Amino acid sequence: MDTASVTLGEALAGLDRGDWSSEELVSDLLARIEAGNGALNAYLDVDADDALSQARAADRQRARGERAPLLGAPLAVKDNINVAGQSCACASRILEGYKAPCDATAIARLRREGAVFLGRTNMDEFAMGSSTEYSARGPARNPRNPDCVPGGSSGGSAAAVAAGMALAALGSDTGGSIRQPAAFCGCVGFKPSYGRVSRYGLTAFASSLDQIGSLTRGVDDATRLFFSMAGPDARDATTVTLPLPAPEACRREDLKGVVIGVPKEYFPSALAPDVRAAVLAAAETCRALGAETRDISLPHTEYAMAVYYIVAPAEASANLARFDGVRYGRRAAGATSPMDLYCRTRSEGFGREVKRRILLGAYVLSSGYYDAYYLSAQKARTLIRDDFTAAFRDCDAILAPVTPSAAFRMGEKTEDPVQMYLTDVFTATANLAGLCALSLPCAMNADGLPLAAQLIGPAFREDAVLGAAAALERAWGGPTGWMGRRA
Amino acid sequence: MTYEARIGLEVHVQLKTRSKMFCACSAEFGDEPNTRVCPVCLGYPGAMPAMNREAVELTALTGLMVGAQVAPLSVFARKSYFYPDMPKNYQISQYDRPLCIGGAVAIEWEGREKLVGLTRIHLEEDVGKSSHFGTSSGVDFNRAGIPLMEIVTEPVLTAPEEADAFLQALRQMVRYAGVSDGNMERGNIRCDANCSVRLRGETALGAKTEIKNLNTFKGVLAALRYEIRRQQDVLAAGGRVAMETRRWDGETGTTASMRSKEEAHDYRYFPEPDLMPVAMAPEQLAALQARIPELPRARRERFCRDYGLPAYDSEVLAADKAVADFFDETARVSDNPKAVSNWMMTEVLAKLAETGRTLAETPVAPRQLAELIALVDRGQINMPTAKSLFATMFDKGGDPVALVEQEGLAQVSSADDIGAWARQAVEENPKSVADYRSGKKAALQFLVGQVMRRSRGRAHPQKAAEALEELLKG
Repeated sequence: MDTASVTLGEALAGLDRGDWSSEELVSDLLARIEAGNGALNAYLDVDADDALSQARAADRQRARGERAPLLGAPLAVKDNINVAGQSCACASRILEGYKAPCDATAIARLRREGAVFLGRTNMDEFAMGSSTEYSARGPARNPRNPDCVPGGSSGGSAAAVAAGMALAALGSDTGGSIRQPAAFCGCVGFKPSYGRVSRYGLTAFASSLDQIGSLTRGVDDATRLFFSMAGPDARDATTVTLPLPAPEACRREDLKGVVIGVPKEYFPSALAPDVRAAVLAAAETCRALGAETRDISLPHTEYAMAVYYIVAPAEASANLARFDGVRYGRRAAGATSPMDLYCRTRSEGFGREVKRRILLGAYVLSSGYYDAYYLSAQKARTLIRDDFTAAFRDCDAILAPVTPSAAFRMGEKTEDPVQMYLTDVFTATANLAGLCALSLPCAMNADGLPLAAQLIGPAFREDAVLGAAAALERAWGGPTGWMGRRA
Repeated sequence: MTYEARIGLEVHVQLKTRSKMFCACSAEFGDEPNTRVCPVCLGYPGAMPAMNREAVELTALTGLMVGAQVAPLSVFARKSYFYPDMPKNYQISQYDRPLCIGGAVAIEWEGREKLVGLTRIHLEEDVGKSSHFGTSSGVDFNRAGIPLMEIVTEPVLTAPEEADAFLQALRQMVRYAGVSDGNMERGNIRCDANCSVRLRGETALGAKTEIKNLNTFKGVLAALRYEIRRQQDVLAAGGRVAMETRRWDGETGTTASMRSKEEAHDYRYFPEPDLMPVAMAPEQLAALQARIPELPRARRERFCRDYGLPAYDSEVLAADKAVADFFDETARVSDNPKAVSNWMMTEVLAKLAETGRTLAETPVAPRQLAELIALVDRGQINMPTAKSLFATMFDKGGDPVALVEQEGLAQVSSADDIGAWARQAVEENPKSVADYRSGKKAALQFLVGQVMRRSRGRAHPQKAAEALEELLKG
């Protein structure tokens, strides 16, 4: 066994065969974390004893003949998803030392299926960022090249999976926060449709956009985790009761009869040539697998960034209001009044980017500005959604880049928020429209950095993207095949 | 110059649901601070609201009772402001798409019926309760998340007493329908008042102030009386009333400025993304329509009509639903509804007031009260016996017929028995006999009392008096 490259599915098969135990898997990963995390800062907190005791419990269950789909499978979890008893600080000073009182629904479901929770992964504070440089616990680095960012906000999860410090990880995706780091680090990043996976227990950033998803080494692992987490939840009113797709439709070998749309707005002149080449090569593979590719247009794409950076901060400004030093988390010393307590606690507790977005959000919701910003943004959001509805009348899935370029260098965009924001330009649309989308590594560029393609599917048709991704991955020689491809 | 006031009320009514608005915590009153709380009502990171459908239905039911339009689709919104008793620092409320629009509450005002128009009724969650102790403060979140219905009237009330009449009528209605306990001491009904004054004859409303912290009906009356006088004095002195929020101080009996219009909060409302819009299907509304009970006014009219009660009796009996229900059931099985009414208004209400119990907490059944009254009407027991019997029934329970038999309480009318007791009374009380004979007729009552005592209360009082008069003549 080599935990540096084994997929979750392979690890589970090995557990079933008795090739290794969960304890061995976890020990192996812990050793790699011990050795590598100092350089990458992918994990914020790992409780080795707790992880090992969860693994031993899974091994005992297995020894008793019990079976569960994920029994003994170790997972890393982004620091904004509640795992009972573990820290859940969203990489923020304001939640320093905060322990989750209960499991998120997604975690509870994974736990019921036997998963072991390894540790907390680094992220941009409150998931606000695209490089994991805005973490209060210091930036994470890209394992393919430590001078580059791992992407964000789920950068710790992507780095851990790519560096062999986790077999799979959970992330959250509000505007691309799973898919973009997956693309930068070379793993499969999957964001299910809005409403598919309960958000209960995911510390909210932008409630109408957030969705829990996975970062894995292969497409089948994404499918596996999706089916374990998905489904309606009485504690999240925005989850849907629509039936899940058929699992076999998510495990396609060819793409006969499938129409893949290629939107012209996603290939602007500013798109890096290596990314363009990698995505077009993926389109070629689609055709080779029997798919028809079709040029399509999503005409309101140009408004996506403006809409996203109004809606997300607006919701965030309310969601983050609860961090006030009164009930939990950090409380500033020396306050003389409630207002003073709020000001001190929040000034000390939040980082610059979080403050920027709270201010932005409060501004666009202010009386006198609401109509011009928030309301207009909601109208434009409807147009973007309608674009996709129309496009999906002509195609089954959409193929596009994930990011305008491969991973950028540390510090390159931290002083220019707008440049940082623009890295979400191809991903935020799926969140705005509530669609499912997947980032699939396609090739290595000349600098040895991963390049990825994005598959976007209609809402609640996760089979459309998982099926297509599975066929592409297979065509390229399996989960690690992309590493041998050049663009 | 004469002035007139215009008052509009925003009334918060706590709904009678088992659990809170957005979580499974109990909505019961009281208990140790911060024991009825969970991650949702404490606003923990990641917690999300799950809507209490019963709260929606109780609000819609109220809307139907006041003839409001119940919106087929209404929307929750976040109302943002920072305060230590606010767990999330936003309150889940409704803004531009409330559950109920319009409607009116009928009140008696200046001898006539008046319809007080409503602007809207919406649903929201309550906040916690702050307490201040010397050098520190605490917040109890047991109340946080309890469903509140906010009823907003048009600015059509013209006097503090009219505002009071509105609140009384509203409280009666919500209690009737089981929408709320309507208990002011427990904060089930709280109120803010918007108040302005203008010269009589003017058509535009004057500058208004909003008065907060009105937690009792008496407080509403006193605060409005104070505020109207204050505004009149400002205008009479040639000044202008400042648009502001003022706080009522029950201790000093005054209002004081809390914040000016410029300092008013910007609540930054936006639709709550964690909740779906609330749909109300026609079938649901029809089902709610069937839940509307007979309301106080209809009941008063029916009591007069069906039981021949005077208006005063109907008014007293219909004021409280439990009392009215009890009367209704008793009167239905009694041959003497007026006697039932008398019993209810005197003995029953007095006993309830004296013991602080509710009818549901007493063992007396309506049928038993009807039987008690029948025993009196048939002359089987006298009134004093009936009253003491009722006290026993109220305290310990029991069937009046059985009790009369067990305790031997049946009224005695036989001339022999009464004659014997009367002779004893005359023999043993020569002074009273002398008094009576010297013209002090009141002495007879004392002697009747002696007969009653010897009969252990069973003697027919009229017959005892007759027997005594007969004896004393000779």
